[in-house]
Amino acid sequence: MRFSGLRVIKEALTGHKGWTPAWREPEPQARYDIIIIGGGGHGLATAYYLAKEFKQKRIAVLEKGWIGGGNVGRNTTIIRSNYLLDGNEPFYEMSLKLWEGLEQDFNFNAMVSQRGILNLIHSDAQRDAFIRRGNAMILNGADAEMLTTAQIKARYPFLNTDDARFPIKGGLAQHRGGTVRHDAVAWGYARGADSLGVDIIQNCEVTGFKIENGKALGVDTTRGFIGAAKIGCAVAGSSSRLMAHANMRLPIESHVLQAFVSEGLKPVLPGVVTFGAGHFYVSQSDKGGLVFGGDIDGYNSYAQRGNLPVVEDVCEGGMAIFPAFGRARLLRMWGGIMDMSMDGSPIIDKTHIDGLYFNGGWCYGGFKATPASGMCFAHLLARDAPHPNATAYRFDRFERGLLIDEKGMGNQPNLH
Amino acid sequence: MIINHPLLGPRDSAEFTYMGDARLIDRPDAGSDTAAQDFYDYGYLRDNPAGWHEELWFHEAGDRSWLVVTRNTLTHEISDVKLARDVARSRGRKL
Repeated sequence: MRFSGLRVIKEALTGHKGWTPAWREPEPQARYDIIIIGGGGHGLATAYYLAKEFKQKRIAVLEKGWIGGGNVGRNTTIIRSNYLLDGNEPFYEMSLKLWEGLEQDFNFNAMVSQRGILNLIHSDAQRDAFIRRGNAMILNGADAEMLTTAQIKARYPFLNTDDARFPIKGGLAQHRGGTVRHDAVAWGYARGADSLGVDIIQNCEVTGFKIENGKALGVDTTRGFIGAAKIGCAVAGSSSRLMAHANMRLPIESHVLQAFVSEGLKPVLPGVVTFGAGHFYVSQSDKGGLVFGGDIDGYNSYAQRGNLPVVEDVCEGGMAIFPAFGRARLLRMWGGIMDMSMDGSPIIDKTHIDGLYFNGGWCYGGFKATPASGMCFAHLLARDAPHPNATAYRFDRFERGLLIDEKGMGNQPNLH
Repeated sequence: MIINHPLLGPRDSAEFTYMGDARLIDRPDAGSDTAAQDFYDYGYLRDNPAGWHEELWFHEAGDRSWLVVTRNTLTHEISDVKLARDVARSRGRKL
């Protein structure tokens, strides 16, 4: 069933009786060619591109709960490609280009809104660093523009540019960045994959791998054993728990990141603003809520809820640059669990076990990466070779000293 | 979270910074034949359990002691707090 304007009009005139479920609820088969573990954004995107771009058949996505119930439904919906390093920037720019064509591609309204993202500058050193970053972005085909304080004030009149500690001296803007309706990303990929024959199996938790002679043969699940020639794991947040079933220890710690939404307001904020020096970033959803967040809590956690010191820190950051937002009341807050990797960058790679593939370590940057992550993981699964834009995301980069450390923090996951 | 400091009593976790798995106390032997592999494991690989976890917290805004805190990563409940110094000595570390 394709969505179109004509179809909406027809259904409106006929009592909306023609809509059908967006995906099936199939029983698991005994065996598949490819199993993807994890029905989040990355897993569903992987299955979709495997079927669509790489023409693979007999694919299943196994999800322990309901699809889109993890981090793809718990993020702050921002897309951007403002990275510095060679291993990252081409990948994230590929992702942004895929976002730009996504809704036409999978025929689903994901509300991709390129309203722009602005990183604030407060010092000469930060200006130098951001000019360098902007140049790296432009070299990789992305867009970047340095804005003056006057240009920023014209666009964001509520911004406090004269804070005593962090006066705003300019900003790095990426106009093609923006926000996306996050749940619709999961639903759109699920619907697209399902229509190409992928079995999306919910309430099916993987409890173990069957591995013989160094080769993965299938997975034990709460709905029985399922065989597969290839198994792709895309469960960021819970990667260590899943891969422990294959006796693997990962270069990853799980951390909780909190996010917040205020009550709905009239339009006050046209784009995404990040205040890196104060650990605060904010955008306004189409419903009017201010969607904002800050740093991770900083300790290992699988609890999907954080603690009050970070709430206070985030709100202080917000008050410093947008004092007017102090009048808004907080509506909701929640926590999601991040795979914090040892260098702040992800992993898309084979494991040492034949037929077992891994996608994870997304830190708190996984949402924007969803389309490229799916495309590159599908490439790896279908062709047994990394996608050209994901060659740096290897497991062995830590052992070989080839870290992709955007912030230069070293092997301390809670600092990335 | 409240961390019950062995010397100072209950303190707000915001006074502390977090280092990670308390197995970082057990630094590998740099003279060993397997030192390269051992330091890779030590530096980069983590158990990252869902459940009870022994971890290092540094009382940065307090007495600047290192603690080994046993905390549940699923509930944030803390069951035990020791001075890291005592833990290291009990494992044979010389001062």
